[in-house]
Amino acid sequence: MTEPWWVSLIKAAVIVNLIMVAFAYTTWLERKLLGRMQNRYGPNRAGPYGLLQPFADLIKLVRKESFFPVAAQHPLYIAAPIISMFTALAAFAVIPFGAGWQIWHYHVNGEIANVSIGLILIFALGSVGVYGAIVGGWASHSKYSLLGAMRTCAQLVSYEVSLALSVLGVVLMGQSLNLVDIVNKQGATIWFVVPQIAGLLVFVFAMIAETSRPPFDLPEADTELVAGYHTEYGGMRWGLFQTAEYINMITLSGLAVTLFFGGWHGPYAPLGPIWFLLKVFAFVSVFIWIRASVPRLRYDQLMRFGWKVLLPVATINAVITALLVVWVS
Amino acid sequence: MSPQPLDSFMGFAVTFRQLFKKPVTQQYPEYKRPVYPRFRGRHRLHVHENGLEKCVGCSLCAAACPADCIRVVAEENTAENRVSPGERYARIYEINMSRCIFCGYCELACPFDAITLGNEYEISEYSRDDLIYTKDMLLAEPIKKIPVADRELYDTPIPYYKDHS
Repeated sequence: MTEPWWVSLIKAAVIVNLIMVAFAYTTWLERKLLGRMQNRYGPNRAGPYGLLQPFADLIKLVRKESFFPVAAQHPLYIAAPIISMFTALAAFAVIPFGAGWQIWHYHVNGEIANVSIGLILIFALGSVGVYGAIVGGWASHSKYSLLGAMRTCAQLVSYEVSLALSVLGVVLMGQSLNLVDIVNKQGATIWFVVPQIAGLLVFVFAMIAETSRPPFDLPEADTELVAGYHTEYGGMRWGLFQTAEYINMITLSGLAVTLFFGGWHGPYAPLGPIWFLLKVFAFVSVFIWIRASVPRLRYDQLMRFGWKVLLPVATINAVITALLVVWVS
Repeated sequence: MSPQPLDSFMGFAVTFRQLFKKPVTQQYPEYKRPVYPRFRGRHRLHVHENGLEKCVGCSLCAAACPADCIRVVAEENTAENRVSPGERYARIYEINMSRCIFCGYCELACPFDAITLGNEYEISEYSRDDLIYTKDMLLAEPIKKIPVADRELYDTPIPYYKDHS
């Protein structure tokens, strides 16, 4: 099922833009939902229901003065948000969102790149994304940024272990690291959420920590720190960090849907991408719901939870799954 | 982990329930909450029914003002130029609104009820100079209208604050 290279190129351009739009409206949805959960309206001034708010925010951020801290390391200071943004956008390339279609006489795959180790690629890109935070924090040449960056890295690195281990069960059951194969396997048998519920729970917790969202938003911790690693950033550079965070959230939601909820398979109609979108939307809403409901963890609680709860659960889950897979076959 | 893990999940129900409630926000520029009838806002100068000004230029308001924001320059009334019923009238009456603290002492000090504090509170300007209100401005009807709560609502034997909130 190969496709000409220019089809992939067009698809990549479309998907990148779609993700940016999805990001814009995720911020809108988050502010709206959070507002309603706190008996407020949320944004309602720009356009009907505040629907133009993301664009107003964008224009405001782009038009802001681009300032530098005097001592900042300029090339790295500028590169850091770009690294974050690049890894966040690139990770979506391997997530399948449809079965593939025959358009005219070209076959169009339901994913941008069919990589045989797609899952590892996503985690690798996530690890590179950590550099965005640590380089940005260091290059700002501010002790708040540096300490914030260290906090961020400690959190991201420790939760990445659990994140990778939690999907091991899915990999064993799907017998592939290729996300397309995993989705097809789920379509043929059963969604992996049923046998891998423990894996899903660990994955969701690690995912929240990985995207540094409440209650694991230690890297930013609005009420405690100034802003963590992006203290010295402003305007659209700060916007890029923020965008990367939200796109990571969308990508990891997509990954969770792919790994545990059958990707683009749906229970009733073969709607393909629409099922995928609906599931991602549900996931993102749950993220926001969690943000509205749970207070932030303390730093020691965060570390204890990551290493003493999530990691053992993920490991045991992986070992039991491996034993069962071997025993059944 | 919290000692009562189930209670943590009760919180999710609480936040979810709020989704279906009407937000408590009052959308200010569109909806202006009626102010308390005795709300102290922008000042007014008053005239008698026959058109003469109540102010006689005694400067007691300026003396009572803790922020020292009132300036009164009085002048004698003459037969051909009678402005107030008394001996003198205020030729210049200025209030510097950027200094006023809306304490209402001027109102208390005035022997003729010539100055009172109205209900208007939307008095921001882009320039400090525009905040110096002259006599003409204070005598004129305020341009913006502020909804005022019914006086009867508060005119009760039990003080309002005792049976509300």
